[in-house]
Amino acid sequence: MPDAALKKNRPLWYNLSLLNLPLPGVVSILHRISGALLFLFSAWLLYLLDGSLASPERYAAVAATLAHPLAKLVLLGLLWAFLHHLCAGVRYLFLDLHKGVDLPTARLTAGLVFGVSLALTALLVALLLW
Amino acid sequence: MVNRVVVGAHYGLRGWLVQRMSAVVMTVYALVFAAAFAAARPADHAAWKALFAPGWMRFATLLFFASLFLHAWVGMRDILMDYVKPAGLRLALEVLVILALVGCAGWAVQILWRT
Repeated sequence: MPDAALKKNRPLWYNLSLLNLPLPGVVSILHRISGALLFLFSAWLLYLLDGSLASPERYAAVAATLAHPLAKLVLLGLLWAFLHHLCAGVRYLFLDLHKGVDLPTARLTAGLVFGVSLALTALLVALLLW
Repeated sequence: MVNRVVVGAHYGLRGWLVQRMSAVVMTVYALVFAAAFAAARPADHAAWKALFAPGWMRFATLLFFASLFLHAWVGMRDILMDYVKPAGLRLALEVLVILALVGCAGWAVQILWRT
């Protein structure tokens, strides 16, 4: 006969939030979030491209819009989203080819995705935005 | 009772393949654009416009946008399938995504070929 107290203490559900999401899992969910962000802002980016190519006057207006700190912040976020999505996507293409699927390599490349995308973001921000 | 034969061996394969092929096209374009941008370093409207003036650049940019909108459709469809369970709402959102992407595709063509 099982102990009644033990039976009572058995978990009814497992709390997944108590577990740490491993680094490849963080890359994965950020890949999805960055993709959704890029979709949501694609019309705005197309609007900026439209204006920048339309005429010198509208080019100046786009430049003035992008000079605003809030616009720079959004652009910075989108730049990171693009670069993270790109780097994580390249990693997934290699995983599709069964390259780097063992755990140590997968963890290493997940770290590389963060390192490379953040470094490229910093570099492009330094070169273009400021 | 419906006698369904399970033949799902390639359900979703086309979307999977489109997602990856378009990703490769966009990655190549990103590298080509970065190289062209670094070579020209456009600082005003005339130089920025000149960057998109060559026929091959418009062609490449069109391929990028076509890939982008196909890629965005597969990705958004995946997200909607995962998180939006009511079929009616999901269908409505899917239609909205398609309309937005087709509209943006036409807009992109107009931006590229406006004189």
